[in-house]
Amino acid sequence: MEESIWIEDVTVSYGTDDPVIERASFALQPGSKVGVIGPNGAGKSTLMKAIVGLIPLDQGTVKVLGGSINQKRKYVAYVPQKENIDWDFPVSVYDVVMMGRYVHLGWIKRPGEQDHQIVSEALEEVGMLEYQERQVGKLSGGQRQRVFLARALAQRAEIMLLDEPFAGVDQTTEEVIYGLLDQLSKEGKTVVVVHHDLKKVKKYFDNLILVNKEIIAYGPTQSTFTPSYLTQTFSQKSTVVQNDLVVMT
Amino acid sequence: MELLWELLVAPLEYQFMQRAFLAAIVVGVGCGVLGSLLILRKLALMGDAISHAVLPGVAIAYLLGINFFIGATITGVTTALGIGFITEHSKIKEDSAIGIMFSAAFAIGILIISKITTNIDLFHILFGNVLGVSRTDLILISILGFLVIVLTILFFKELKLSSFDPIMARSIGLPTDMIHYLLMLMLSFIVVASLQTVGIILVVAMLITPGATAYLLTDDLSEMMVLSGVFGLVSALVGLYLSFHLNVASGAAIVVVATSFFIIALLFSPQEGLLVSKEQ
Repeated sequence: MEESIWIEDVTVSYGTDDPVIERASFALQPGSKVGVIGPNGAGKSTLMKAIVGLIPLDQGTVKVLGGSINQKRKYVAYVPQKENIDWDFPVSVYDVVMMGRYVHLGWIKRPGEQDHQIVSEALEEVGMLEYQERQVGKLSGGQRQRVFLARALAQRAEIMLLDEPFAGVDQTTEEVIYGLLDQLSKEGKTVVVVHHDLKKVKKYFDNLILVNKEIIAYGPTQSTFTPSYLTQTFSQKSTVVQNDLVVMT
Repeated sequence: MELLWELLVAPLEYQFMQRAFLAAIVVGVGCGVLGSLLILRKLALMGDAISHAVLPGVAIAYLLGINFFIGATITGVTTALGIGFITEHSKIKEDSAIGIMFSAAFAIGILIISKITTNIDLFHILFGNVLGVSRTDLILISILGFLVIVLTILFFKELKLSSFDPIMARSIGLPTDMIHYLLMLMLSFIVVASLQTVGIILVVAMLITPGATAYLLTDDLSEMMVLSGVFGLVSALVGLYLSFHLNVASGAAIVVVATSFFIIALLFSPQEGLLVSKEQ
């Protein structure tokens, strides 16, 4: 089977002497649910941005669905962290989700009937249909996260990249998001999630990328979520107790 | 009633007032629509910068004997590019880059005007001279205003996304830098078109105040732009009438009217008003 994301020997330094990501290589299969795990400042978000083509690579190659990101943008949905969003911006929930359709519309063209249909479906799936006319800032943190997930769903992409979707959300939202990601992977889509909470890693992801500037390990969760790799990743001694509990000392 | 009619119609008997009204309408609507985007992109200061930066363009155009619209547009866009260049290639942040570039451009303009003998009336450039709008001026103003509005409508989707979520915009391949410079070009157009109506110093008020008023009244971007255009239009008209009947400077009168609308919205906006009790 062809890899959906394939990166080789990627280094990113933002023009400094100290690379944020160094010589990273891995390949992800369609249908996998991948957790990107590592300490703060390990380059997890940078890795995502490198895949989406938002930052220049010092060296290395990124391929998605067998082509360059520029050829395949339509099929890659990216949900970044939201620290730069102006929550007073005059857009409704519906408008935000419609933005997921823009990549298909191209310049100047307006959304058609089918786009409206898809947006409504996406809102329904995240349970935000009743809030569709609400200004996007007038929502809780979890609801905002669901709206941004709906926007990615509306893009109908093959690859979903999410940067800390579970950060600061309520229990309901966490379940909604997890349920959807699970469903997407069952449909054969590739789901990649930056995650910094080690709890539930085993439940949420079937594959892991352990990163701390370099790729420490990648592959099936049962073979990568191990004390020795975690110790290497977090530069702390750690013990995995039972299934999903990690103790760091 | 008759008195009111008289007050409304009297100015229109003069051809220069007819042209003044038409110019003010174009400028009011154009500034209002574009200003909404500037506010949301936190580029209010950029409006100030570009407006000051057109001064050397006007002077140079006079030296070369070409139409001042051309010179003004060129120096306006150049300054926007300069600000972008400094921000991207040094650790100087945008607000400082704006401060440096616009005062420099303005100073160069003043230098040129003070050195050459011209019939450029600095006072008219700084504060507008709406009664001196010629037929040719009016045609140019209309073309520029029309361009700004058409471009905004055509690229509404792209402007909206790149203003709200530039990271997502880039991730789907939108050239956000190009969109920024397109906006700066439109800004230069509308500033140049506004020169005679409100002048360099006050044009920033026409860009920001109607948009800010609209922002307090709605949660929808297209509504905000339309409302802002309406506030710009009404301010321009009422201001011109005041200017005609009270014999005061037109640009200043327009800005005072626009500001009155803003204060009313600030106090009484149904959702945001400071004097409106919020029950939610």
